[in-house]
Amino acid sequence: MSGSRRDFLKTSSLLSAMALTPPAVIQAAENQWDEKFADAAEKIPVTLEVNGVSYSVKVEPRITLLDLLREQLNLTGSKKGCDRGQCGACTVHVNGVRINSCLSLAVCNEGKKVTTIEGLATGDQLHPMQEAFIKHDGFQCGYCTSGQIMSAVALVKEGRTQSREQISEFMSGNICRCGAYSNIVKAIQEVKNNQA
Amino acid sequence: MNPFQYTRAIAAGGAIQSVLKEPHGHFLAGGTNLIDLMKMGVVMPERLVDINGLPLKGIEKTSAGLRIGALATNSEVADHPLVLESYPLLSQAINAGASPQLRNMATVGGNMMQRTRCNYFFDTAMPCNKRVPGSGCGALNGYNRMHALFGASDQCIAVNPSDMCVAMVALDAVVHVKGPKGERTIKFADFHRLPGDHPEKDNTLERGELIMAVDLPAAAMAFNRHVHYEKIRDRSSFAFALVSVAAALNMKGSTITGARLAMGGVAHKPWRLQAAEDFLRGKTVSDEVFTQAATLAMQGAKAYQDNKFKLTMAPNAIVQALKTATA
Repeated sequence: MSGSRRDFLKTSSLLSAMALTPPAVIQAAENQWDEKFADAAEKIPVTLEVNGVSYSVKVEPRITLLDLLREQLNLTGSKKGCDRGQCGACTVHVNGVRINSCLSLAVCNEGKKVTTIEGLATGDQLHPMQEAFIKHDGFQCGYCTSGQIMSAVALVKEGRTQSREQISEFMSGNICRCGAYSNIVKAIQEVKNNQA
Repeated sequence: MNPFQYTRAIAAGGAIQSVLKEPHGHFLAGGTNLIDLMKMGVVMPERLVDINGLPLKGIEKTSAGLRIGALATNSEVADHPLVLESYPLLSQAINAGASPQLRNMATVGGNMMQRTRCNYFFDTAMPCNKRVPGSGCGALNGYNRMHALFGASDQCIAVNPSDMCVAMVALDAVVHVKGPKGERTIKFADFHRLPGDHPEKDNTLERGELIMAVDLPAAAMAFNRHVHYEKIRDRSSFAFALVSVAAALNMKGSTITGARLAMGGVAHKPWRLQAAEDFLRGKTVSDEVFTQAATLAMQGAKAYQDNKFKLTMAPNAIVQALKTATA
């Protein structure tokens, strides 16, 4: 930690302390706590629920939700493909909505409920979408698969399964370089039909 | 990604003051563009002020029309019953952009603030006046297939990448902002700017100003029956527009009583086609009339070495949008 960074933290007092929830790092700057504390306080506490389990962790602000899941919580099912929101391999549900976890800062998920691919099955009982992907060969190398399945589960919930075209359009945020698309669509259609 | 301070705002005033405290402070909403740019080293904020806790998510009917909070996500807007019923052009445009996951994260205010997708802007090894003022424009004599036809300068020929904003400008939306000097409104057409000598400025916001809401006027509800958002891109989904056209017509029988037209992918801002709108008013629907409108819309277009195809693609897209809207 450089001196300038420490000075920066100490001198940037907040005009608007009343209107802000002061994370530890800002509090440290304001209260002119000792340098050691300010350094340690650089990690911000975050409490979130992942697959029904509550976690309280400390993360640097620049850590994404994807990196928190993979590297701190050891939930490596969510994959890092492009890390730029273009491939969808990192797709998870936050408060029931599918998002790219590579573009969401972990600190922005305070109090949120996250579901990853690890949270879909019930014990040894796979989720119907997982079963359908296996049955229809909805993957080859498998790298995009957890993202595809998380996206597909959300897609069915959103009701975007009226036609093959609609499924393709609303699955466009998940890229498969092996080209398993047609089987992925079949898997989704089966899950949708079994629900009806 | 470079380290930065992170603060969580619980009131707009505090968020504005907090951003103003650092020369490179940024508001953080959905993050789909900003976090990407930070990973690429294109933008390096010293402080992010997370505004997601502010009460700016509402979508509600007002006496003037429909007010959309700046933090409503793109998905929430596109799927909202009042938007689908009264402003379907906006739903179509939003759903033409990005992917479902990104639309679930991206907000209305953030969509308006997204930066260009010009490759020279994203590549920190290249010159770019928008990223580093005075460094030159790599695209001007470089690979400029995606670039502008209208309103560019010798400093910048980049285009605004938004689909949502093309519909917003066609619908005469009004932007509500709050800043250190108080609140003000900006006509959507005046929100984004042309590059001129300051391509580093995408819009007319002043430092510290925060987008609070966007109003869709009641008058635009009349344009809810004959609408189409035509988007031409390199693949059929999840790609930025080469050219896009937002068309909304008010009709009496086969007579056009009013037209709202705007193009995306052709300028540094969403490009309203006022001359074509004026021409169409009172005309009877025909391919000939649509072609004439498109010709009028293209007056003043200037292509570069790699985007000459857009001089044909753009008028064709206008005709196609009008045909589909009136079909």
